[in-house]
Amino acid sequence: MAYTINHLNELEAEAIYIMREVAAQFEKPAILFSGGKDSILLTHLAKKAFFPAKIPFPLVHIDTGHNFNETIEFRDYLAKKLDVKLIVGSVQDAIDDGLAVEEKGANASRNVAQIPALLKAIEDFQFDALMGGARRDEEKARAKERFFSHRDEFGQWDPKNQRPELWNIFNGKKQWGEHFRIFPISNWTELDVWQYIAKENIELPKTYYSHNRPCIERNGTILAVSEHVQAREGEEVKDMQIRFRTMGDATITGAYLSDADTIEKIIQEVAAARETERGNRADDKRSETAMEDRKKEGYF
Amino acid sequence: MSNQKEIFNAESYSKMELLRFTTAGSVDDGKSTLIGRLLYDSKSIFEDQMEAVKSSSERRGDENINLALVTDGLKSEREQGITIDVAYRYFSTPKRKFIIADTPGHIQYTRNMVTGASTANLAIILVDARHGVVEQTKRHSLIASLLGIPHVVVCINKMDLVDWKEDAFSRIKNDYKQFASKLNVKDINFIPISALLGDNVVNESENMDWYKGSTLMYHLENVHIANDHNHIDSRFPVQTVIRPHSDEYHDYRGYAGRVAGGTFKKGDEVTVLPSGFTSKIKEVEFAGEVAEEVYSPMSITMTLEDNVDVSRGDMIVRTGNKPEVSQDIDAMVCWMDEKNPVRINGKYTLIHTTRNCRCIVKEIAYKMDVNNLHKLEDDKNISLNDIGRIKIRTTQPLFFDAYSQNRITGSFILVDEATNVTVGACMIRA
Repeated sequence: MAYTINHLNELEAEAIYIMREVAAQFEKPAILFSGGKDSILLTHLAKKAFFPAKIPFPLVHIDTGHNFNETIEFRDYLAKKLDVKLIVGSVQDAIDDGLAVEEKGANASRNVAQIPALLKAIEDFQFDALMGGARRDEEKARAKERFFSHRDEFGQWDPKNQRPELWNIFNGKKQWGEHFRIFPISNWTELDVWQYIAKENIELPKTYYSHNRPCIERNGTILAVSEHVQAREGEEVKDMQIRFRTMGDATITGAYLSDADTIEKIIQEVAAARETERGNRADDKRSETAMEDRKKEGYF
Repeated sequence: MSNQKEIFNAESYSKMELLRFTTAGSVDDGKSTLIGRLLYDSKSIFEDQMEAVKSSSERRGDENINLALVTDGLKSEREQGITIDVAYRYFSTPKRKFIIADTPGHIQYTRNMVTGASTANLAIILVDARHGVVEQTKRHSLIASLLGIPHVVVCINKMDLVDWKEDAFSRIKNDYKQFASKLNVKDINFIPISALLGDNVVNESENMDWYKGSTLMYHLENVHIANDHNHIDSRFPVQTVIRPHSDEYHDYRGYAGRVAGGTFKKGDEVTVLPSGFTSKIKEVEFAGEVAEEVYSPMSITMTLEDNVDVSRGDMIVRTGNKPEVSQDIDAMVCWMDEKNPVRINGKYTLIHTTRNCRCIVKEIAYKMDVNNLHKLEDDKNISLNDIGRIKIRTTQPLFFDAYSQNRITGSFILVDEATNVTVGACMIRA
């Protein structure tokens, strides 16, 4: 017997180890659920980690109000199927309560406005650990993120003062009011995620697979037409065969022309891709350190 | 070079292994260029990343595309042109997926190097062919040895600047071997490269016919890593107990954890530490599927024949092969606290596997000069980035193996009780 395991099994073992540490080290942990494939993957891993018991974490979704309908439908369906509690924090409420301000201008998004809604949910429910599906290969500031990422009482990340993380020892000790963001799939790449989804046959919203829908092109990005995105003057609505590589707000998530309608085709496509999956996210294009700046404020 | 298509059929990627390696280096030694080269030649840099790097290079007034900008992520790093933290990079070939822990090489970042090295199977040590073995080479090698990295590859870089001459390579190789005889690294390889021009990184060099060995990429793809885990001494630190409280699984008690060493299978006679209760393994399983045999680094769930008391922090071991059990620990420490040095009689929280307790530092035996391995017995001041040997006493017994035998059960961290910050990385001596 060769005592080896393949890369997907090793990544799975690592993620499950981390989730079990979270369950053991924290009193009120939760999964931050965005509706995207990475957070769906987290729920799958959580199910495996604690089987035959139920997932010991609620799902927390910070709803910008600008989500794709498919995202919301799938979220509700999944929470029911897994029999886990779903907590929804509303960006609209945060704006109405004056905690957040709606951005103005042509390319306004609710990306930054998620931060106060998230921090309010953390305070209201006293969460001390939030697991997210962020991966280090996504973005350069995330490449420096720890598995256990400490946040002060204002929810802020201090990239220059991160705790060293050695071996597989995770130090989740904290003062009252502080919390941790935890990233069990830090070491996965987009390709690993898709290979694992194929291997485990994980169900995803249909938006990840090639489909036809009315779209417009804006600043070189293809956006799906919806109640949140309407054609402006000079923009033409066209029926396009597209799929999404990530699922964020409908207002900022770019689609890709694609005929990949099966998981095998998607894996081929991801493998051959010459752009990162966030390459088409308007929120990251704002400046060279847009993600780092948002993370310091308390973003995921 | 790898055919990109191959990676992606299920047949092939189901056999891919994971190799974690670390690189350490400072400005000008070509580390960033080497990583850039590995990523670029294995087609792992995406177009939008390349575009971003190009436009930053232009803004900064760099003459060429500055591949270092691929690896430097934080604002302050880009401003200063240095790598401060550990950055993780990913790429894959049809054979393996690679995780690079990219760390700064200067002595003031020893703690970052130690962090990057703690999980690595392999270390790449870069030597400038013009300068040969220097202080930094020795320091990086010592850290690799101390952290128990099983494989070291010494890349003698900038061969283009010494006219691709074999004697330059051989001289450095011999110098290094002489120095390394004092280290505890089992597997050392030497490769002459030019990261800038790509020779022997991914593609074979046309300038060095005299070199008959493999390229760096070939070595990374083929180095034997199956034995990097301990598969002899069976150790299972319990993370949490799974109790479903459902009708179907009314009496189910599953012990969840990650195998830290050896193997476990149904029927094995096991002892639970610290209680000393013995039982037999009823089943080893994962997510509802029974496994025949489990080993490190698998995350699994174990059930026992008898209803014995087991909880988080306990360790299940093979009855015939127990770890050391003691409250007195002799360890090498790398100190990471920015404010205070190691305090004699200082109290810290200690985290070892899934176990937490308090401890007191009883003695500082010596500080080590990380540039030459000298033991400085008169110097008891172990501050930030220093490495030394300490003796501690714990409030509860630890179940451990020597770090040289098992990197999981042989390591622990020290945490400052006031700030909760991780201040010490420790490796237990035999």
